[in-house]
Amino acid sequence: MALLSKKDTNLITDPLADNNPITIQVLGICSALAITAELKASLVMAISVMFVLGAGNVVISLMRNIIPSKIRIIVQLIVVATLVIIVDQVLKAYAYELSKTLAVFVGLIITNCIIMGRFEAFALANGPWRSFLDGIGNSLGYGVILVIVGFFRELLGSGTLFGFPVLGDPIMKTGLYATGYENNGFMIIPPAALIVVGIIIWVQRSRNPALVEEN
Amino acid sequence: MAQKTDSNVYTVVFAAVMVVVVGSILAFLASALRPNIKENERFEKQQNILYAMGVNENGDDAGSVNFIPTDVVEDEFASYIKEQLVIQGDKITEDNEAYLIDLKKQLANIKKGEPYKLPVFLGEKDGKKFYIIPMYGKGLWDAIWGFIALDDTMTVQGVYFDHKGETPGLGANIKMRYFMDDFKGETILNGTQYAGIAVAKGNNDPLNNTKDDNEVDALAGATITGNGVSAMISETVKLYKPYLETIRAK
Repeated sequence: MALLSKKDTNLITDPLADNNPITIQVLGICSALAITAELKASLVMAISVMFVLGAGNVVISLMRNIIPSKIRIIVQLIVVATLVIIVDQVLKAYAYELSKTLAVFVGLIITNCIIMGRFEAFALANGPWRSFLDGIGNSLGYGVILVIVGFFRELLGSGTLFGFPVLGDPIMKTGLYATGYENNGFMIIPPAALIVVGIIIWVQRSRNPALVEEN
Repeated sequence: MAQKTDSNVYTVVFAAVMVVVVGSILAFLASALRPNIKENERFEKQQNILYAMGVNENGDDAGSVNFIPTDVVEDEFASYIKEQLVIQGDKITEDNEAYLIDLKKQLANIKKGEPYKLPVFLGEKDGKKFYIIPMYGKGLWDAIWGFIALDDTMTVQGVYFDHKGETPGLGANIKMRYFMDDFKGETILNGTQYAGIAVAKGNNDPLNNTKDDNEVDALAGATITGNGVSAMISETVKLYKPYLETIRAK
């Protein structure tokens, strides 16, 4: 890409694989467990986090030289909470339907530790453009895992994708269900997400042994 | 070398300035957007009430929830809702703004033993009468609320549920059509007792063919939200029982 230097490109691509926020940095696990029962919710959360993390990283980066180190965590928290509330209020006034859909995500975004983690680890030490890229990259990496987990949980737990039945009708016993297949109710509940994330971590580390921590 | 940003004075001043700046931004935004938000909330309430009595733009397929569009909802509301009543003790009065009564406050008043108002909406569609009652309760994380439309035999004609912060994909599905549609045709009566309708796991009736069991099929992974819905309906029925007795077809 001519638009971005190699170093900048890495800011986007690294979090997608070898420095993934969920599987490597182990950030944002709580929301990955909570909202991945459906693919649609996963996608909405991923896009919301991308917006907040991109914008928040820029704001923190611009303020990085004036933030007192003693209260930097509080400052970061205020920045992210303010951003989220502003978006929430504007949507409520001008796109009410959309704001209803997003309302349940507001609390989850503010408390998402990926956001605080990237503020702390990257934006406080880098310029706005690179911080922006880092924010986009990390939220993409977060989103990829969310979508993978959401895909398997919705498919195996409800037999649907984006709410559309893809395996047949479980009650009328059509499609795959005619052969005696049943939805796995366990996939609906949050512990299933932990197992799916665990499997992703396992697959990723067995493909790339350099990622395995020594202890 | 200590940086200037490390000093206590700087830290305190920074914190103070930050609070003032952020506070003014949010306060300005909140007051600037308030009229719009209030308007949207008013339309939403009208849409919800109409939705419960079956005035909506849902297609025949069991798809998504479609309200009357906001630009016509006010006129539709005025034409379908014939009367808005407020119940205060034994007294029933008419009030055209009854739909704006905040049920949460009224329920708090009941707890404190103070006088309270209960709104009821009388709708009419194709010559059929609907009694629409607001509900308010709590789910797993936060408030849940809704409307239930009854006819004079205490049979449910439609419901609408909403929530503040139930888990997406699980408890949040109480506002999905496949859940709300299950309530249609159920009765809140068990014999002559006011029983409400329970969200039941393992009622062996996933298609909801049995309409007189006071039960609908629960949502997987949303036990506490489902229990919240059951409790909300039974509390509401209890609260409105004296009024329901007066309209019930004998």
